Amino acid sequence: MTHADPFPLVRNVGLDGMLVTFADTMTETSNRAALAFRGMMEAERPTGVIETSTSLASAYVRFDPLQLSHIDCEAWLHQLLIDRDWFAARLPQGRKFWRVPTVYGTDLAPQLEDAAAAAGLSALDAVERLAVSRVRVLTIGFAPGQPYLGPLEPGFDIPRLKELNPMVPEGALVLAISQFVLFSGPTPTGWRHVGQTAFRCFQPGRTPTFALNPGDEMLFVSITPDELIEIRARNEDGFGGAQVEEIEA
Amino acid sequence: MSLRVLRIGPACTIQDQGRASYLDHGLSRAGAADLIALHEGAALLGQSSQFAALEMAGMGGEFEASQDMCIALTGAPMACAIDGTSAAWNASHQLMKGQRLSLGAVSRGSYGYLHVGGGIATDPFLGSRAVHLTAKVGQVVAVGDILPVGQGTGSTGKKVTLSDRFQGGTLRAVRSFQSDLFDGTTLSRFEQTDFTRGPRANRMGMQLESGGGGFSAKGQLNILSEVITPGDIQMTGTGNPFILLNECQTTGGYPRIATVLPCDLPRAVQTPAGGAIRFQFVTLEEAVELQAAFMRDLAMLPSKVEPLVRDPHDISDLLSYQLISGVISAADKGDPK
Repeated sequence: MTHADPFPLVRNVGLDGMLVTFADTMTETSNRAALAFRGMMEAERPTGVIETSTSLASAYVRFDPLQLSHIDCEAWLHQLLIDRDWFAARLPQGRKFWRVPTVYGTDLAPQLEDAAAAAGLSALDAVERLAVSRVRVLTIGFAPGQPYLGPLEPGFDIPRLKELNPMVPEGALVLAISQFVLFSGPTPTGWRHVGQTAFRCFQPGRTPTFALNPGDEMLFVSITPDELIEIRARNEDGFGGAQVEEIEA
Repeated sequence: MSLRVLRIGPACTIQDQGRASYLDHGLSRAGAADLIALHEGAALLGQSSQFAALEMAGMGGEFEASQDMCIALTGAPMACAIDGTSAAWNASHQLMKGQRLSLGAVSRGSYGYLHVGGGIATDPFLGSRAVHLTAKVGQVVAVGDILPVGQGTGSTGKKVTLSDRFQGGTLRAVRSFQSDLFDGTTLSRFEQTDFTRGPRANRMGMQLESGGGGFSAKGQLNILSEVITPGDIQMTGTGNPFILLNECQTTGGYPRIATVLPCDLPRAVQTPAGGAIRFQFVTLEEAVELQAAFMRDLAMLPSKVEPLVRDPHDISDLLSYQLISGVISAADKGDPK
């Protein structure tokens, strides 16, 4: 980093929010910093804080400016920022590691070959690499419970499609810009549909309502279409045959 | 106790103050588009502003009471009758067992509200009854639905002065973290432009149109997707502004030029299609003052409620009226929170 680097940067969000941005690009370290910093905001939570969240490379706090003034909120955030090197900080505790059975390609995920070609790989090579790529929930958004996952190796930095995919189903694993998204509901998208799971990110009326938290890690293990049919037949918990374990702090 | 839905407009949903603190899970707040209307209904019925009401976009419906109940009508004025006799807007009334409440189209504004004593008692989800259509939490009210009504008596025969917020006007806004992506000329042109509300509007956002050119950010359209807060004025690829509302996505990649103050969102959402809108930038300090005054006004609403004086000749069933009814405290046991 050069001395002209403006990051981390604290900015106002509307009347009642502040955003701490660690970089203008998503990298493993800028995302790590955002997650760790948000963890500390949650741990301290001064009076007037309403909620916190993270985006790819920023941490956000919403507060009641009548209880916590802008001046005090900004001072608090700057105090936290100088407390440590957030780019090197440990991730928050209580994270989980999910292994999710996934059908790559076939008619269930028809854009695998296209994505592989865009990455300069054969479909077989692409699956071999994707199925062993342990990725982190970088942020959750766009739709309830829906994770952005990454970073994938740089070879998968492929652009989004110019023409939208009219609709991908729930549980679709889509790929662009070295990230996956695991769709929580049927949606049109400009990302390529490379895998299909039976994993449900958002289950209203169930506990937990939201399966994933920012900072969790995931691996999309390759299975056959027949295996997915079996998983769907006994998918009571909605986790699509996923195995889950706690990540040691 | 319940209300049976005999007829209903296409975009009517149960709303309360929404569910905060699920932003990190990608779920925006939802909740009533017009917070003033929600508080006025609570004040008219003498009950908690945490109760849920029926929000009706553009067109109301017809409802039959299963038992005697108290109702209040607020927000955008709608043609309104109880068993064919017209009833006052921004007022509370008795609806007797078997009586039918009929609500027509809005005469000005966009969102009308039907409140009931005890609140609408659908099952809460994550601490709120607010339907969130884009998240598929609940759905629009349909003909044949039975809307459960909570316990509670409530006061009736009350009115409160309708505030003037139903034909657009000036919306106060603050600069936000992406305002600097727009140059000074664009920002001042934005503030000097006469906009009209476009035809595309729902609980996620409302489109604005103007005669002049669009409002483009400087160069970089590949900004990282960032947090959205209701009131954000987003510029789409064509440079046309959208005001994002309670049911918007939680993050987005289009740049946002400014954020409308929460206290001016009721005026924003109530602007009918074609209504005129301008924006005025205020400083953060001014914005905090304006918002504080707004919150004080909401808290004062119960003291602004007056008796609804009616000509007895207009009341067909005077003897059946309960002319003085009970008032419950905001913290009564019927409070859903």
